[in-house]
Amino acid sequence: MEDAVLVSRLRARDENAFETLLRTYMARLLRVARRFLKNEEDARDAVQDAFIAAFRGIDRFQAGSKLSTWLHRIVVNAALMKLRSRRRHPEEEIDALLPRFAADGHQVEESRDWSMSAEEMVQREETRELVRQSIDKLPESYRVVLLMRDIEEMSTEETAEALGITPTAVKVRLHRARQALRTLLDQDLRR
Amino acid sequence: MSARPYITCRELIDFIADYLEGLLTEIQANDFTRHLDICPSCRAYLATYQMTIRAGKETLRYDDSPDEDAPEDLIQAILKIRER
Repeated sequence: MEDAVLVSRLRARDENAFETLLRTYMARLLRVARRFLKNEEDARDAVQDAFIAAFRGIDRFQAGSKLSTWLHRIVVNAALMKLRSRRRHPEEEIDALLPRFAADGHQVEESRDWSMSAEEMVQREETRELVRQSIDKLPESYRVVLLMRDIEEMSTEETAEALGITPTAVKVRLHRARQALRTLLDQDLRR
Repeated sequence: MSARPYITCRELIDFIADYLEGLLTEIQANDFTRHLDICPSCRAYLATYQMTIRAGKETLRYDDSPDEDAPEDLIQAILKIRER
């Protein structure tokens, strides 16, 4: 069903349209939530909150936007709420995963080029698994920014607003998150 | 000919994200590429930094494609909440 038709039926509070919305977007929104929340129950709760929020807020959906993008934003916000509501243990440091430099500004350890084509990478399940596990190892405040900016492709400003931090802080965290992820991949791929 | 000193590896790596987004001034971008021309380690770092971004995107995009079924119990639970 086209977005515009589905949205107008949702606005008319058509119960079947809500079920169509659930069946169409559930699987992919659950995957988004699982990236942010490692606990399956939390991910399911976030998706549930997101669908209820979407149904209640459907009048605020702007014509011309993509329904899938709007729903992604809602589920990301629901996942962030869940993360915030949990008492966090002190976050791990990221410094050990950043490049090290000598006093004169040179890299302490020579970098090696292990880059490969995207096709080559996607074909190898072991590489994909390494990427997933490495993203999961990032400290939460960095992992969240990486997911929002590089994976969900939210803008710096949107990310800053959702997290209540400055755009500059988003840029700093994103760069550090990518560097840390690069270090984790490097440990396995540089051979 | 540029009389400007070469930037260090540290400065280059600090600039990578802005370089990739095209946010450097012409002078900064020029400093960046001059350093790359003489530093294989930074060329490798840049290539693997870009690969890291692609690796995240491609892996999660790949994960998005399988035809996984939506969990029926969750659909029913949400429909029930709506009925209340």
